[in-house]
Amino acid sequence: MKIIFKQVRLLNPDQKLDKQDDFLIENGIIKKIGGLTDSDFKSAKVFEFENKICVPGLFDMHVHLREPGREDEETIETGSNAAAAGGFTGVACMPNTNPDIDSAEIVRFIKEKSKDHLVNVYPVAAATLGRKGEALSPMYELVESGAIAFSDDGRFIKTAAVLRSVMEYTKMFDVPVIEHCEDETLADGAMNEGLTSTLLGLPAIPNIAEDLIVARDIMMAEFINARIHIAHISTKGAVELVRNAKKRGVKVTAEVTPHHFTLTDDNLKTYDTNYKMSPPLRTRADVDAIIEGLKDGTIDVIASDHAPHSIEEKEMEFIYAPNGIIGLETMLGLALSELVHKKHLNLEQLIEKMSINPRRILKIKIPQIKEGEKADLTILDKDYIWTVDIAKFKSKSKNSPFDKRLLTGKSIAVINNNKMFYDDKIIEI
Amino acid sequence: MSLSSRHLLGLFGVPKEDIQLILDTATTFREVLERPIKKVPTLQGKTIVNLFYENSTRTRISFELAQKRLSADTINFSTSTSSTKKGETFKDTVRNIEAMKVDMIVVRHQSAGVPQYLTKISKANIINAGDGLHEHPTQGLLDMYSIRERLGRLEGLKVCIVGDVAHSRVALSNIFGLKTMGAEVTVCGPSTMIPMGIESLGVKVTHNINDAIANNDVLNVLRIQLERNAGVRIPSLREYHQYFGITTERIEKYNRNILILHPGPINRGVELSSEVADGPYQVILDQVTNGVAIRMAVLYLLGTMH
Repeated sequence: MKIIFKQVRLLNPDQKLDKQDDFLIENGIIKKIGGLTDSDFKSAKVFEFENKICVPGLFDMHVHLREPGREDEETIETGSNAAAAGGFTGVACMPNTNPDIDSAEIVRFIKEKSKDHLVNVYPVAAATLGRKGEALSPMYELVESGAIAFSDDGRFIKTAAVLRSVMEYTKMFDVPVIEHCEDETLADGAMNEGLTSTLLGLPAIPNIAEDLIVARDIMMAEFINARIHIAHISTKGAVELVRNAKKRGVKVTAEVTPHHFTLTDDNLKTYDTNYKMSPPLRTRADVDAIIEGLKDGTIDVIASDHAPHSIEEKEMEFIYAPNGIIGLETMLGLALSELVHKKHLNLEQLIEKMSINPRRILKIKIPQIKEGEKADLTILDKDYIWTVDIAKFKSKSKNSPFDKRLLTGKSIAVINNNKMFYDDKIIEI
Repeated sequence: MSLSSRHLLGLFGVPKEDIQLILDTATTFREVLERPIKKVPTLQGKTIVNLFYENSTRTRISFELAQKRLSADTINFSTSTSSTKKGETFKDTVRNIEAMKVDMIVVRHQSAGVPQYLTKISKANIINAGDGLHEHPTQGLLDMYSIRERLGRLEGLKVCIVGDVAHSRVALSNIFGLKTMGAEVTVCGPSTMIPMGIESLGVKVTHNINDAIANNDVLNVLRIQLERNAGVRIPSLREYHQYFGITTERIEKYNRNILILHPGPINRGVELSSEVADGPYQVILDQVTNGVAIRMAVLYLLGTMH
């Protein structure tokens, strides 16, 4: 099947590409950029994408797809549909499933389940068996079967000795260790520690719980000369630690979630459990530092930490409710609204953080907008104004604090693997 | 005269007039408690559920008695006898209770925010009887009542809250209520028990108990939770008593006019010496009596609102 995007803006900072032109895709391959003939137009399905922006397919390197184990909350299929609806052509899924992704069987199971989808799913395997922080997972085998990174996400690697081992062993494959940096001995709480937690009477988690582990991990990565990726950075101190480490040449990268650059602990004043996250929402000063970190490149990646939870689990007394919110279908809109439209980042920087950098970190080929290349693309309308409606989400879960929020900017089409997400559904092309 | 809210979730943001009204109404009920027949028909026909998710004897009994004195129908629901252990969600439990047509819910829960949550899922008047580390408004009210009863006023008084302020809902309710009523509030305790940044609530901080006794009109002494603290936030109960315990020697040396409050139950020999607990400076049992009057006042004012 042939499709044409008429006069779309083609933007890929990785190729230093930014121009407006007609664009022909045939059988999932980019066939022609410009120079389209009358017969091309006659034989193709034409999309009027003037003023729309075509970028390399967006990538979310931190999602929880819940399968295997909690298929009532999300499955690989529903999560992938949510990713497509949110503008993504690839996601990396975290290993805290049940069982954990700590065996080649589970990696293969996920690859198999996702192989026919528009969205590419890349499993992140557990760094330690059962994510217990004790014994190394079978890393060689996991990498061979398709794991692209290691993480005990949900918790940190408890001892420095095990962390050292994990970093030394993974160095062989040059894959990153992704750390959820939070010292559990200081993190027995339900929100950020500060005046708001005192006023709300909730047990709290101080910034230092994160800062300490970020510092430890950076020092370890520096010592071993290994790679470390800091997941969902949330504190001013951690941003500063990463910034300084990068200056010294440490192989550290970092990601932030939309909720950590959009919301603060003030939002918890209603005790709405949709504001309960790990790491917790911090203060305005932390949000400002994060935005600064995004601007100066300290923070490489924007990732959703998409964490589906059932209504009955989330609608619970605050201290008992689980952490996390879904984010695949709101991430792009929030990033455009909060970062691009507020002039903190330009569009190129945003594409780097949502498409290019995550792939670079995970060593996945960056899609090229070039004749002869596979079409792995997202079409954005950065000025489209819409209202979030959780009822319309493709995700099986609805735990989002952004319901009814007005956003500016949305993905309107996604193309990958000979498929196209357009008009709320996936079609073969 | 009526209150500005149909719930009592905490003392944060409650206007002075409301607190004044509750305290004044309690004075009337305090008088009722001295009569040979201690019952009034005020809440006849009203149904009140005491929803207690956390162990409590005193607060529950106090509420129950207040409800009976007002002739309301009272049902006690506590975790040991509930379906919670069978896996029913909190929301379902509340909906079930609500379906039995109740007018008011008195709730105690381990999690802060549960009373607020209840206002969203129930039509009843909600009274917070203690939520997590958040608030315990009727305790704050009865403490203020007891101070006013003895000293005749709250405005301009110096009140110090002593103990584990960081893990006390009594402390927060006292701070909010007393500040609204124009008292000066200080907190005193080991630094591990004072939350960072509490000064921004407009309170002073001291770590010296002798100064606290010398510089205040009232000490509200919190219970040290034995199981939670020893060895973690303080080295030992012995050391706590030595450096933060209220003793007759300290009172006599630093301030013989001090008034001692304690929400109970007392750990004798820890936060208070036995001599102080039974001595002339304290009003601990008056607080218990006043607690019934305060709860009657709150139930009455909320239960008769339109």
